[in-house]
Amino acid sequence: MPTFNLKINNETHTVEADMDTPLLWVLRDQIDLVGTKFGCGIGQCGACTVHVDGNAMRSCLLQVSQAEGMNITTIEGLSEDGTHPVQEAWKEIDVPQCGYCQSGQIMTASAFLSKNPNPSDSQIRNAMHGNICRCASYNSIEEAVKVAADKLS
Amino acid sequence: MTPSKTMTFSRRSFLKSSALASGGILIGFNLFNACKPDAKVPVDISQLNFNDFNAFIKISDEGKVTIFSPNPEIGQGVKTSMPMLIAEELDVAWDDVYVEQGVLDTNNYTRQVAGGSQSIRFSWEPLRQTGATAKQMLVNAAAAKWGVDASECTAKLGVITNANGDTLGYGDVVKDAAGMEVPENVSLKDPKDFTIIGKATGNVDIDKIITGKPLFGLDYKEEGMVYASVLRPPAFGQVLDTFDASAAKALPGVIDVIVIGEKARKFLDKGFISWTSVISGTDKVVVVAKTTWDAIKGKKAIKATWKNDTPLESTENHDKILFDLLDGDKFDTQRSDGDVKKAFAQADKVIERTYEAPFLPHNCMEPMNFFANVTPEKVHLVGPIQTPEETAKVAAALLDRELEDIEVEMTRMGGGFGRRLYCDFVIEAAEISNAINKPVKMISTREDDMGTGVYRPSTKYRIAASIKDGKLTGYHLKEACVNGNMYGLIPNFFPAAAVENYKVDTTNYKSNITTGAWRAPYTNFLASAEQTFFDELAEEMGVDRIQLHLDLLENVKNNPDPKIEYSPERLQGVIKLAVEKSNWGKSEAGVYQGFSVYYCHNSHVAEVADIVMDNGTPTVKKVTCVVDCGIVVNPMGALNQVKGGVIDGIGHTMYSDFGFNNGIPLSKNFDTYQLIRMGQTPKVDVHFIENELAPTGLGEPTLPPVGAAVANAIYKATGKRLTKQPYMSNMNVGEKVIG
Ligand code: FES
Ligand code: FES
Repeated sequence: MPTFNLKINNETHTVEADMDTPLLWVLRDQIDLVGTKFGCGIGQCGACTVHVDGNAMRSCLLQVSQAEGMNITTIEGLSEDGTHPVQEAWKEIDVPQCGYCQSGQIMTASAFLSKNPNPSDSQIRNAMHGNICRCASYNSIEEAVKVAADKLS
Repeated sequence: MTPSKTMTFSRRSFLKSSALASGGILIGFNLFNACKPDAKVPVDISQLNFNDFNAFIKISDEGKVTIFSPNPEIGQGVKTSMPMLIAEELDVAWDDVYVEQGVLDTNNYTRQVAGGSQSIRFSWEPLRQTGATAKQMLVNAAAAKWGVDASECTAKLGVITNANGDTLGYGDVVKDAAGMEVPENVSLKDPKDFTIIGKATGNVDIDKIITGKPLFGLDYKEEGMVYASVLRPPAFGQVLDTFDASAAKALPGVIDVIVIGEKARKFLDKGFISWTSVISGTDKVVVVAKTTWDAIKGKKAIKATWKNDTPLESTENHDKILFDLLDGDKFDTQRSDGDVKKAFAQADKVIERTYEAPFLPHNCMEPMNFFANVTPEKVHLVGPIQTPEETAKVAAALLDRELEDIEVEMTRMGGGFGRRLYCDFVIEAAEISNAINKPVKMISTREDDMGTGVYRPSTKYRIAASIKDGKLTGYHLKEACVNGNMYGLIPNFFPAAAVENYKVDTTNYKSNITTGAWRAPYTNFLASAEQTFFDELAEEMGVDRIQLHLDLLENVKNNPDPKIEYSPERLQGVIKLAVEKSNWGKSEAGVYQGFSVYYCHNSHVAEVADIVMDNGTPTVKKVTCVVDCGIVVNPMGALNQVKGGVIDGIGHTMYSDFGFNNGIPLSKNFDTYQLIRMGQTPKVDVHFIENELAPTGLGEPTLPPVGAAVANAIYKATGKRLTKQPYMSNMNVGEKVIG
């Protein structure tokens, strides 16, 4: 099996995997970064969202061979101690219900706000539309994105 | 509820304390005998059997409190709210309380049962007694130390004070308390004095969730663990014929390909019920691999053929069969008052409508998965399951082991919605581990999860009502359902007892498609049907929709019926507040309002949906939701529950469609199956009725009424009565949207 050097959360990891292995499973099964979640495997739910060179991407669609050389950030590396403004806003609003979708929601929101720290309500709704929350914590997610935007600006 | 209630059962069998070598005291108690999801109201609490302990309070020498709660979290916030009940009566600062999932000593946890929406209701008193008893022991220890009478001492926020003003912290007396008698009679606080209950309290796992720490079943790992993906029949009714695993075995990450099913078959022969097709006894091909991806890839490489075992069913046949049943005369009568036939014959007008709803998959965000390690010494099972006690029994029967050999550990669950009451996926994991002699994690893909599920059954209601002299004189509801039916309780819900001539009849068709409980079982669609019907009925009667309900409830107050489950006063209460808070009847131009009210899962809920039409497509802008669930233990968690229930209800009544073609599910992933997304969600404005009644369920009761609130609002906007769910696919009121 080929080996790949991945830069994840500012650390280099060398993994052995099939070329077509989605980054999601490399993160979860091989590097023990299980904060990135599996929901659909086809890019529809957003549970597996990570940052690739600062952009939100679906790690279930990104093959390990394509991820080499890119700067990958997972929920575990979003901040040292859970104090990224988006994480703080999530805590303040107490967003999670079951919590399973939330790392994906946080990664989508944080990438979005880094590009658009002053979003309108409809921009927030559009930006978060790709992330499913089966518990339907959508009202709280929306509120928390606004709180995070306030913290950032 | 009486404050200062004195309990009668023997506390000695219920609580036990011991000093810890590391310092501090450990108090053991039984949490779940009192709050099983399937238990009835514990009318006589003295009958409860507190024989073993499955939860613990640890108080350290520094006075820090750790509550080991065996309660798994599905997303209802019970892992936070239940310890709040203990901490309130123990009288400690919530900041000094640490809540831990009780997996520290699995021997003590084999009897866990995860509560559903009812857990807070059943645990309300036992948990408060536990806290109060522990507090009394600490007070008694302090009193003994001072040589004064315990009645002269008070305790607050972890500090005990005597009449002279001397103080001792809980930590100072824990050692002595460990040797004290467990007091028989303790008093509970007056709700007015609550300082923790009723205070907004954040989720105890929040830090772990927002930083991505391992919490869920899918995150659990053990040394030497391999991964397994299971190939199950693609259609309900089919079984495995032949398979060729050579291509799969040639893949570098694949360890082995095996067949399971034999153990499950034997187990079914022992009389266990088959909950799902998954354990229908057919053979299944399992790919065992080094990683999840290797297992998924290996499964795709298997070439299998399937043969028909029982008829392959389609939604089209189901629809026809259910209509035929409704047209027929073979029903089980669930409740009958007066003479519906006569009322209908004498009526000025009879209106009759039929309502339809499809099958629905649960689609928990975390797909079904489980860890199993079967060794000669023990069977270790870890993962997201709501019924660990049942699971342990089932695993013992499956593997021919003693119950003592089975350890079930629960992880946090990425959603339940009823799916994790069934332990088919645990059985598979156990059978795989047993066959390969390795620790294994069985992981379902979304396609496996949605395609081999336990579905909310497809159901049709036909409701007829008679009107005479402008009054509602008769009400007849018929239900035709695939597999399951309404249970005995539902016929005693509103409008039972409100209409003189009343009848509920049910019938069903036995299908090979597996069906079961789905969030707010039995009422999730019934409420939509009835409350849409009432809207039309009021219009036909020429009376105000709200007044019709208030008047019918007045009838109930005047003719009390001991069998009914709901409280007419509390229903009237939520209706009135919803009218006020929603600005009912005074909405601005272009906003259309729909009303709905329902009682289920012991809570009373009224909802008003405000919709607007965007280019011919209805959009729900706001839902006003008024809830009477007694005391709100944790307002923060409660708001999450209520809003989630409302939005979930809108999603499934408007957008989510499911069915079968020749036994094959019509959707298997989110590219063709729609779950509600942020752009489709309204703001939910929540109001709780303030009272001091014991708390009731919150996870479920806000979901059932909302479908009708939306349908009634869409009627006002479009003039179309919606009778078939999901509305967006069936009434030409807008585009069907995915994603
Ligand atoms: S798992 Fe990647 S989008 Fe759903
Ligand atoms: S919190 Fe459960 S899926 Fe979002």
